[in-house]
Amino acid sequence: MKDATVSIRNLSMRFPGKRAGEEIAVLENVNADVSRGEFVCIVGPSGCGKSTLLNIVGGFLKATSGEVTVEGQPVQHPDPRRIFVFQENGVFPWLNVHENVGFGLRQETPSERQHIIARYIDMVGLGGFETAYPHELSGGMRQRVEIARALAANPDIIYMDEPFGALDFLTRLKMRTDLVRIWQSEKKTILFVTHDIEEAVQVADRVLIMTARPGTIQDVVDVDLPRPRHLDSPGYLEKRDRIFQLMGMSLRVGETAA
Amino acid sequence: MNSARADAVVEQRSTSAIPPARRIGDPDSLLWRIVRPVGMAALFLTLWGLAVRWSGSDLFPTPGNVASGIVELIRKGLLLKYIVASVFRVSWGFALAVLIGVPLGLVLGWYSRAFQAFNPFIQILRPISPIAWIPVAILWFGVSDAAPIFLIFLASVFPITVATIAAVQNMQLVYLRAAQNFGLSTGELFRQVILRACLPQIITGIRIALGVAWLVVVAAEMIAVNSGLGYLIIDARNAGKRYDLVVAGMVMIGLIGLILDLLVRQLEKFDEVRWGYIGRRK
Repeated sequence: MKDATVSIRNLSMRFPGKRAGEEIAVLENVNADVSRGEFVCIVGPSGCGKSTLLNIVGGFLKATSGEVTVEGQPVQHPDPRRIFVFQENGVFPWLNVHENVGFGLRQETPSERQHIIARYIDMVGLGGFETAYPHELSGGMRQRVEIARALAANPDIIYMDEPFGALDFLTRLKMRTDLVRIWQSEKKTILFVTHDIEEAVQVADRVLIMTARPGTIQDVVDVDLPRPRHLDSPGYLEKRDRIFQLMGMSLRVGETAA
Repeated sequence: MNSARADAVVEQRSTSAIPPARRIGDPDSLLWRIVRPVGMAALFLTLWGLAVRWSGSDLFPTPGNVASGIVELIRKGLLLKYIVASVFRVSWGFALAVLIGVPLGLVLGWYSRAFQAFNPFIQILRPISPIAWIPVAILWFGVSDAAPIFLIFLASVFPITVATIAAVQNMQLVYLRAAQNFGLSTGELFRQVILRACLPQIITGIRIALGVAWLVVVAAEMIAVNSGLGYLIIDARNAGKRYDLVVAGMVMIGLIGLILDLLVRQLEKFDEVRWGYIGRRK
């Protein structure tokens, strides 16, 4: 692995259970690397600990054992150089779009701030909605605000925890297209958690597949497909089906007609 | 990315706007919105007047007696003086309660160890009626405005503190994590995130507390003061059984309470807090 920026080494996580002395193993010996500028997806079944893993990588939770390093430094706390995008409602409802996007801009002069905010509001396609409040926006627009807020802080890495999980199918499709375009122009490293295999194959350079709890990295699939990706191309379908198979999923729904 | 707007539905900005009046028969028209409460009040006043007449009571006043009592108070220049005195005391007691209750609630809601230490203390003090404090208030503050202000403060500080603590403890984790992610200092965290996230619930607590503060004004003015609407009621009873003036005082307290509540409700309309009331009210 050349130029790894995020390194996850022998990471395990156990939560205390409901009864005393009982422990639930959530993550078991997870190892993974993410290169600088890479778009990596983590997929896995519900409850496999993929969100927990991302929260540990983001510095919000402490692992029971093992280590996460970014640029060689152990992760102890959340860090503004690595911004987290949450599943939903991570934007601040008491701030309007303009103020939300500018939230991470603390050192800049007012004119720099205005410039950066305008640039990222424009990039996510929310021009004209600067003074709107989150509760006045659709779910997709709120996620755009959050992505713009993350980008405006100019982080090296963006962690995304099922960012489009609460959106409808068509909106998700559009959001993925836009996210890949933004990633291509901004050259950020993205670590993206999803339960949606198709989503992973559409956006990622590499897909890490996790097992059911206790979660561990079971397989890694390189998605070496050119962008823009065609959702009906043989290459795309082959990668998608491979991941379905690796996760032990059937591609057929319903009984065979007798 | 301009087509981004195509998938975006902007919800109606003004969800609480009064719909335009259409026709008289429309039960939601502005006319009916006014007719309902006014009609109810007229019915109540009529029944009150008839009840006094039929019972043949010469002690309890009719609405007409009360109205002339209010006119008498206005002529003597007492009504405005008493209203100002009562509002002055409630404003001070209540302002102190907000200034102490909100920061205290934020700190106790955030630091669980401080909450462990202080919560039993608060829960023990909270159920003690401010009226029980009257002897203590006289002992400490004597014959001055400070005694009723102290009682009003006591009555309103607990609802504010408790509402603020609950708001902080139930705050959504995602706001906190986002704030931590952007590297906020503790001071910035309190001012820019915790306070802002809790403000809708704090305002609800403030609304309840203002109601309680105004409720206590009568009891607070029973002691050692010679002005105010509470004093008016006690004085009218003691000096000549003027029940028309007693009820006049009650009516004024009620009306001012209504006005205060309407004022506090205006706070809920600010953009910074309106998100907290969406879905709870039409």
